Amino acid sequence: MPPSPRGIDSPGADGTGKTETGRVASQETAPLTIVPFYCGSQRSLLEPLAKELMAAFSLPVERQPPGFDPEMAYDSARGQYNSRILLALLLRHHQGPGKLLGVTDADLFIPVLTFVFGEAQLDGRVALVSSHRLVPERYGLPADPAQLQARLAKEAIHELGHTFGLVHCANGRCVMASSPQLTGVDLKTARFCVDCRDALRRRRSRPSTAGP
Amino acid sequence: MTKKQASILVVDDEFAVRDSLSHWFRKDGFDVHEAESATDALKALDSQSFDVALVDLKMPGMDGLELQERIHQIDPQIGVIMITAFASVETAVRALKQGAFDYVTKPIDPDELSHLVRRCLEQRSLREENEKLRETIDDLVGVSTIVGESPPMLKVLELVRHVAETDATVLIRGESGTGKELIARAIHAASRRRYFPIVPLNCGALPGDLLESELFGHERGAFTGAQYRRKGKIETADHGTLFLDEVGAITPKMQVDLLRVLETKEVTRLGANRPTKVDFRVICATNEDLENAVKEKRFREDLYYRINVFAIEAPPLRARPTDVPLLAEHFRQLFARQMDKRITSISPEAMEVLTAYDWPGNVRELSNAIERAMVVGKPPVIRPQDLPVRPAGATSGPGDSLLAVEKRHIAEVLERADWNITRAAETLGIDRVTVYNKIKKYGLRR
Repeated sequence: MPPSPRGIDSPGADGTGKTETGRVASQETAPLTIVPFYCGSQRSLLEPLAKELMAAFSLPVERQPPGFDPEMAYDSARGQYNSRILLALLLRHHQGPGKLLGVTDADLFIPVLTFVFGEAQLDGRVALVSSHRLVPERYGLPADPAQLQARLAKEAIHELGHTFGLVHCANGRCVMASSPQLTGVDLKTARFCVDCRDALRRRRSRPSTAGP
Repeated sequence: MTKKQASILVVDDEFAVRDSLSHWFRKDGFDVHEAESATDALKALDSQSFDVALVDLKMPGMDGLELQERIHQIDPQIGVIMITAFASVETAVRALKQGAFDYVTKPIDPDELSHLVRRCLEQRSLREENEKLRETIDDLVGVSTIVGESPPMLKVLELVRHVAETDATVLIRGESGTGKELIARAIHAASRRRYFPIVPLNCGALPGDLLESELFGHERGAFTGAQYRRKGKIETADHGTLFLDEVGAITPKMQVDLLRVLETKEVTRLGANRPTKVDFRVICATNEDLENAVKEKRFREDLYYRINVFAIEAPPLRARPTDVPLLAEHFRQLFARQMDKRITSISPEAMEVLTAYDWPGNVRELSNAIERAMVVGKPPVIRPQDLPVRPAGATSGPGDSLLAVEKRHIAEVLERADWNITRAAETLGIDRVTVYNKIKKYGLRR
């Protein structure tokens, strides 16, 4: 049975902000963890992505194998993966401090929408990004690894931004701009605008509220 | 100023849908509230207001269409977007007819959903802005801006309210400075035409040819200098009100043209071949004795009857002395705000001077007197020496007629202004045309 996504929006299971060992995790230093699954041919994107994330958040980036079965999130009627369930699986899998980013080539959806490029727990601990709909070939265009790399980095930074409590930004060039279409992804940059950068700094300097 | 966080109510019996939507919109910075049934949604509406409601069409118990109706009974401003798993044109049409903002079928394209909600919020904010502007206009130009509690003024206000509801042509008569234009604006502001323009035109200030072009407009090349096509004041007043001040001053030829326009409600620009239909109301004002002008054949009788459908007499200020303190205080507050000057009252002595004076220039003269006192006076009080008027009787004897006092006063002001008509008009609180008329009337010479 797939885990219920109920409650995954509530950061910190007990609300104390403490880890299993009782220490308060600081968002300032805790590493970002990449969990690749179903990456297939896109595996080569992971290394450059780690570098982009390191630069964007000034945090060490680690890599972990998935400790869950992603098939639990597969919806056979839609032929897509339910990103809400995947987030719940990632959260259950996440043991250490810091944020965890699932990276996949699977086609993601949330029940009411046709697809999503990624998902995140707002002000939480886990995020998810998919390269499936970022690939130019999907739209009949020639392969462009650099463009795919840039798109994936933007969406990954965007989703991780949500885990730090950032909401969508009205500045179309900011990485936190809402981009439900590829044109929006291509128009924005991989950088935070001044306001979002300040908000990110403020949020990172406070103790994490996220428990295991 | 921080922008208010927009709020969304998500109503769906399926947890996964509610959860997905609320998560999606929280990332957009919305304040999201979830309801799993119509009953829950109505409870939420009791305690909180929402900008947008996303409502599932098929729910156990009360369905989306019925909920939409109930939502709009509670708050007609909420934009309702219906969501359903089954596209049915019939239901969609029903929802839209009942006032839904739009209708989407699950699963929704993320871009479409974002656009839809943004448009819904934009429409709501435009509607709110429009309402606020309308309220501001009502406040600014409403009948309440006419200050006065004296019986003659209360009668005028009663007539204004009465005639505003109709489309009748109004003739406002009264001495210069009695507030004829203010009365015209009050009629317009209380009428169904209030959200369209009131277009004022001083017929006495323009020579015949220019007045014709101003009123009727002209085509390109209609006369030398007509380089562009231009709408006239009548066309500009379409759906609104045309206010013709000093209507007694228009030339005989213009009287014929104006009468035709008033009767046909059609205007032909100078140089044009075809007339244009215009829907406007006419309010005229005059300080002339039009009956006498008709007798002397200076004013067409048919036009006189056409514009004199409903007459309002603007009383001179001396006929309503009890309004002087109210008006003085009104102008003090107005100019204190405009000049940002902390003059907080008018001294009892100064008020005595104001009430004793007979104000030949009427309210305009009083307004100018207070404005001048605000400029020369020292905070916090207006004193008698700050006023440009002297108590009645200081320069005239009790046996003098009003005309004699007016003549002497105008002559004095003209002398003081070295016969500069503009300055004299400003001091007297009347317009330049009236100063010329008074000079002619009293045979004044330098």
